[in-house]
Amino acid sequence: MKCLRVLWHRFAGMLSKDRLERDLEDELAFHLQMETAALIRRGMPPEEARFSALRRFGGIARTKETYRETGGFPMIEVFWQDVRFAFRMLRRNPGFSLLAILCLTLGIGANATVFSWIEGILLRPFPLVDNQERMMAITGTSRGVPGHTDVSRPDYQDFARDCTAFDAFIVDRITGITLSVGDRAERAPASIVSSNYFDALGVHPILGRGFEPAEDVGRNAHPVTVISYKVWRERYRGDPGIIGKAQMLNGVPHTIIGVAPEDFHGTFVGWAMQFWLPLSMQELFDPGGYKLEDRGARWIEGFVRLKPGVSHQQAQSEISAVAKQLEDAYPATNRGRGIQLYPLWQTPFNKAGTLLPTLRLSLAVAIAVLLIACANVSNLLLLRSFRRRHEMTVRLAIGSTRRRVFAQLLTEGSILAAFAAAGGLALAYTCRNLFVLLLPARSGVSMYLPGELDWRVLALSTGVCAVSTLLFALVPAIQASDIDLAGAMRAESGGVVGGGRRALVRSILVQVQVALSFLLLVGTGLLMRSLRAVEATNPGFSTANVLATTIDFAAAGHNRDRTRNFQELLIERLQSLAGVQSAAFTGLAPFTVRSYQSASITVEGYEAPPDQQITVDFVGVGPSYFATMGIPLVEGRAFAHTDTNTAPPVAIINEVMASQYWKGLDPVGRRFQAKGQWLQVVGIARMSKYENLTEIPRPFYYTPLLQTGGGSGLEVRTALPPETLTKALRSEIQRLDSSLILGEVITMREQVGRTTAVQRTALAMLALFGGLALLLAAIGLYGVMSYTVSQRMREFGLRMALGADTADLLRGVIRHGLTLTAAGILLGIVITMVLTKLVANLLYHVSPRDPFTFGAAGVVMAIASLAACLVPAWRASRTDPVRALRS
Amino acid sequence: MPPDKPDVLHGSLVLMVLRTLDSMGPQHGWGIARRIEQTSGDVLELNQGSLYPALLRLEQLGWIASKWGTSENNRRARFYSITRAGKKQLASETENWERISGIISRFLRPGGASS
Repeated sequence: MKCLRVLWHRFAGMLSKDRLERDLEDELAFHLQMETAALIRRGMPPEEARFSALRRFGGIARTKETYRETGGFPMIEVFWQDVRFAFRMLRRNPGFSLLAILCLTLGIGANATVFSWIEGILLRPFPLVDNQERMMAITGTSRGVPGHTDVSRPDYQDFARDCTAFDAFIVDRITGITLSVGDRAERAPASIVSSNYFDALGVHPILGRGFEPAEDVGRNAHPVTVISYKVWRERYRGDPGIIGKAQMLNGVPHTIIGVAPEDFHGTFVGWAMQFWLPLSMQELFDPGGYKLEDRGARWIEGFVRLKPGVSHQQAQSEISAVAKQLEDAYPATNRGRGIQLYPLWQTPFNKAGTLLPTLRLSLAVAIAVLLIACANVSNLLLLRSFRRRHEMTVRLAIGSTRRRVFAQLLTEGSILAAFAAAGGLALAYTCRNLFVLLLPARSGVSMYLPGELDWRVLALSTGVCAVSTLLFALVPAIQASDIDLAGAMRAESGGVVGGGRRALVRSILVQVQVALSFLLLVGTGLLMRSLRAVEATNPGFSTANVLATTIDFAAAGHNRDRTRNFQELLIERLQSLAGVQSAAFTGLAPFTVRSYQSASITVEGYEAPPDQQITVDFVGVGPSYFATMGIPLVEGRAFAHTDTNTAPPVAIINEVMASQYWKGLDPVGRRFQAKGQWLQVVGIARMSKYENLTEIPRPFYYTPLLQTGGGSGLEVRTALPPETLTKALRSEIQRLDSSLILGEVITMREQVGRTTAVQRTALAMLALFGGLALLLAAIGLYGVMSYTVSQRMREFGLRMALGADTADLLRGVIRHGLTLTAAGILLGIVITMVLTKLVANLLYHVSPRDPFTFGAAGVVMAIASLAACLVPAWRASRTDPVRALRS
Repeated sequence: MPPDKPDVLHGSLVLMVLRTLDSMGPQHGWGIARRIEQTSGDVLELNQGSLYPALLRLEQLGWIASKWGTSENNRRARFYSITRAGKKQLASETENWERISGIISRFLRPGGASS
């Protein structure tokens, strides 16, 4: 109560400061008159009485000052004064101000942008979804095999029934669908989801409804779909009566039952879903047959949501215990199978997992850039504060406290930072959705990787701004307010100022910049060398002159026989085309985004460890696949047209599988069991890569498509440039069967190139920031060198007068600059040795301490600093001794 | 805002101002200063300048009020008077003061602190 009253009075006092001042003036004048009059009455002469009254009063100015401090808010008033003064100072030196604000804007903007990416892609990837902090990704594990697997539907149901730590188990399996629009067909990304999907996520369709529990079961029994807002707007022109209408999806009419809200794009980081389909329609949209009741068919990707207060560890240990029970209850399918939960930002089956290392690297790089920017601005402020030392000295001499000078300089720094923060946030707002540009475009896929500028990002950016203000403004402020008055007054007329300790601080700041730039240069170099190494890796098949595409037979409703007939006919026609050497169908071409099917196998004569299942990936291929792809067979034969349903089942294994499970025996002619069928090995294929260039060699086998059916991938080997064949390919297919839709036609070289996207992204990021850092460091070095030169003009003049020639001075300045750089590089080597661990998991066949890269980065750094020193050195060498000594 | 630390001199100045206004009715700043000096038998030479910030502070606390008026020699002057809250404060501070001075004087009696 009392405090409030005092505050109110002070506040009122601050607003009516002028009146308060006048009143006090009057009151004090009255007091002095009364006192003087009283003294005169006692017999003092008038002149003496006035002095005596003043003496007894004891300092009018001090009284006024105390009075003012009691009457208002001196801190706020002083602050305003500082702010106004700071603005004047910044305006008076616009070049300096703009350079400083630009540096900081880049630093803060880079950080805010990366924060927004991390928030939008990793931490809160799903707009509109409730309680994302309690969501975790769920995957299976297979003992003895690194990496993750998917989960089967029966297992999933058992987890949902037996676990108590979870609110919801959500199925979300990404798939591509073909939708027919009139006689055209298009591909679109879609998700097969469990019926609880929309309710559990807290996302409510704006029209119609979500799925119902009944729609989870019944083989292909519920052809219904929920469409995205974008599809509704663009494809159906926002038709308000859309609910109940039919849309052909993969050749089957589906009833549209709902429209998702505008900002909901599904729960697959990286892609914006357009259709959602119920579990019961799995067979139509997910290759490999009906899987809903098959415990051995692992195909589900999904999320769980923990109950409030349940920790990750508790959830993980409970679900692992249930998985163990299932392992005991169903050894045939579940031996060695576990469950692993991941925080959303580590989700292994969507883009979150693949982008995590890149984003982590981006963050480190952005922080390095900010530090460099801070060091740079700090240096600029230091240089300027030396130019302003006259002002500082006068202020201190006429009674300003060091604290006031310090506060003043800090205020100037804060204003720079405030401008930079505004600029940085604007930059982040502009760049928040640009991450996707760093990834290579892929036709037919709408990549969706938005940044998110929410209050958490804003708060963090503000924090970064505050910390950086302290970083860059503190050192100059401490130094400037710490002027040795007497010394400065004496030195004012010339001579060496700003020497000694201050020069040391400046040198250290420059060295920090050089060190951090060196770090980024080494990072860029390492990634560049790594990318070279990746691209030089032999995939084990020919990438030149091979064309790949897909034909969606399922969407056209073709059965197995019709598909096989078409395939044989098409291959025949293609091989008669000029330039085509061979062509073959395959279940799945190498290096696509999709993964291969896998099977648990038993090898005759090989004893697997008791608690493990051998699981090997496989693919069905047509007769001339190995010739088309250029994969040599090291032993045995290729598949023949005679390997049909009526012939004994056969397989071709790769070298790794041969050496791992047959250990020195000749596998050709021997058998292994997969999917309940014994297959005879007829050949051994040379080792090749299957999904990307950096994968480790793994066991793999091929089956003949004529025995297993299916095969939507088409590979064509040609002697002509592959691109010239695309048109002929399309028209051949159209002529044979116009209901079939040809997918994207792409050369294998391009397909392989796409798998290095992550490395390319990281490299682009580092190269961008590395260049920026180099530029900033060069500016910093230039600033210090040119200031040093301007301070040493007299010395240079003297030396010239004493007989030094131009070359001596030039060499001297450059030597000074390069010494600074060398010290910075040494510091950089130490930092880099520690920090390159960050990129280690992005590196392939390159040591994180690769000496060549370190050397190259050092050379680049040295060249940049040489360039930065040249102008100051040249200026030093042009010193006119007469003028320098006179000034 | 926490009350000022019990500074004996400052505290006693507050007490003296309140007591002066309570016994003499509305007074201007010079009058208060004069009265304090007279009461102390001119022994206590007040630093008169420090009186005005103290008056402002007391007014902010609501213990005294001020009004512009005309002085005995027909000049514009600011007159201070004690408020109801001020009287309450005076009573409690007087009591406080007496208690403390009682304790101090007991200490200062011969053998006071050793018993």
